[in-house]
Amino acid sequence: MTSRAARYVPTILAIVMAVIVLVPLSMMFTVSLNPDEAQIQITLGTLRAFIPHVVSLENYQHVLADPHQPFLRYLLNTVIIVVGIVGLGLIVNSSAAFALAWGQGTYRKLFIGVVIAVYVIPGESLVLPLLLMMSRVGWVDSYQVQIVPFIANSFAIFLFYQFFTGMPRELMEAAKIDGAGLLQTFFRIGLPLSMPVVSTLAILGFLDAWNSYLWPLMVTRGPEYRPLSVAMATYFTSQQAFWGNVMAFAVLMTLPVLVVYLIFQRWFVASVMSSGVKG
Amino acid sequence: MIQRPPPKVVPTAPGPPVSRSGRLSALLHETALIAPAAILLIVFLILPFFMAGYLSFTNERLVPRPIPTRFVGFENYTRVLGDPDFWQAFRNTFYFALLVVPLQLSMSLGAAMLLNGRLRFRSFFRSVALLPLVTPITVIIVIWAAMFQIPDGLLNNLIRLFGYRGDYVNWLGDARWAMPSIVLLSAWATFPFQMLIYLAGLQDIPIERYEAARIDGANTWAQFRYITLTGLRNVHVFVIITTTIQAFKLFVQVDLLTRGGPLGSTNTLVRYMVQEGYSAQRIGYASAIAIIFFILVTTFALLQRVLIPND
Repeated sequence: MTSRAARYVPTILAIVMAVIVLVPLSMMFTVSLNPDEAQIQITLGTLRAFIPHVVSLENYQHVLADPHQPFLRYLLNTVIIVVGIVGLGLIVNSSAAFALAWGQGTYRKLFIGVVIAVYVIPGESLVLPLLLMMSRVGWVDSYQVQIVPFIANSFAIFLFYQFFTGMPRELMEAAKIDGAGLLQTFFRIGLPLSMPVVSTLAILGFLDAWNSYLWPLMVTRGPEYRPLSVAMATYFTSQQAFWGNVMAFAVLMTLPVLVVYLIFQRWFVASVMSSGVKG
Repeated sequence: MIQRPPPKVVPTAPGPPVSRSGRLSALLHETALIAPAAILLIVFLILPFFMAGYLSFTNERLVPRPIPTRFVGFENYTRVLGDPDFWQAFRNTFYFALLVVPLQLSMSLGAAMLLNGRLRFRSFFRSVALLPLVTPITVIIVIWAAMFQIPDGLLNNLIRLFGYRGDYVNWLGDARWAMPSIVLLSAWATFPFQMLIYLAGLQDIPIERYEAARIDGANTWAQFRYITLTGLRNVHVFVIITTTIQAFKLFVQVDLLTRGGPLGSTNTLVRYMVQEGYSAQRIGYASAIAIIFFILVTTFALLQRVLIPND
């Protein structure tokens, strides 16, 4: 290989990579825009399935108008669950981490040890006892069953704890001299300063909700409380032959994440790197 | 996150002597801050964990029944260990990990090196490479289901283009091909995560090492072998172990695309546990599987702490 040609190798490889990533995604968009189901079936394996040649929003109308699979309801459910987990989680986890970082008790060492230890427990091992608990208290098929168990989060506590222990001691002492208790110091100094951690956890929680599957599958019975992830699966199973509709549903579900990704790309990368998300 | 050593608990300096009521109010503040998280963690994490252990020694069912639940000792465990379906799921889970980990590692390391080197439109290519990460997993599965179509979906047409002379490959319907197909999809779905970790690792290798090697006459392969791979040692351990643990948790892909079939060839540990505990409602039996799964995952997580020295 001449060195002239070698210069183009990275570019060629990068294009190959981009093609591998973009082909499946462009197929989703192209098929979703094609209202002719028979044509989709014929062209699904060909180049025509990847380059839009008809642009119609008919499939999208089908999805949004389907009374049995209320897309907007699923979207609302997902948003309620994200806001619940992330919002309540921020207060609960950051306040605990703050007390662990700047409190007085000797229990703190043990508590942090437990938080780190429970982090390795795979959630999959806990779903059955949790399901048993939830069905005994009658929480199955509700919002709270998808929110409350996930508010306290050992990873979030750990992240906040790392942040708070890095705060200057002088700041804490100044607050103390001003007569502020631990509670006031947390709300006036700790929480407002921890916005980087807050944004990381918000992004991760957002991605998590769009990906969670096993738990909502077990605890929801119908469209009323079902999130998008499980709805996508049921829609796919019930509409097997209608690729146009299925792909329109998929696009509608992906758009919110895509938009957030394009706006917050830098934060996104940093957040995802701090934790594996997809299970 | 696990690769970092846990930070030390900061010893709080003894403040000026405070009155009893002051100390009481400080205690109240601390309790108020920590109690919600502590209670939630105990109820929704620690309690279920011990429940799983306890239930695995009983014949508990999901729906209450007239016959009371009783303690059965190690019966569930002995039955699990003699259950051919369990062992099939166990083998399938390891088979999946064995295939997906090397594939994902080479894909992500290759992409990371590409993005770390001299490349035009680098930020564009990086944004593109990250797209699978922001696409919800159920959406990815649906897209791949369309590509796996028989007899002339994209993948079948593609292998014909590359010279396949047979009729077609029944990707998800053939017991030989179902798991490899799931592997392809899964590697595509999550490789950007490992890529980001490798990218960070590559940026930590000092550029002078490559310059020194070039002066010593090392070729590209030697540089890759002795500087890149060696410099990434801890990153490798972290990526291999987190990817393996993630692979052990395989569930959505097989639940949605193959229902564990054909002939149980894609049933995994998690899916078998859900099938037994949720669909068949045998919580006691499934809890034994859950505990075995927990031990498996924890062993690998601890392996990482042993293999990466804390600095």
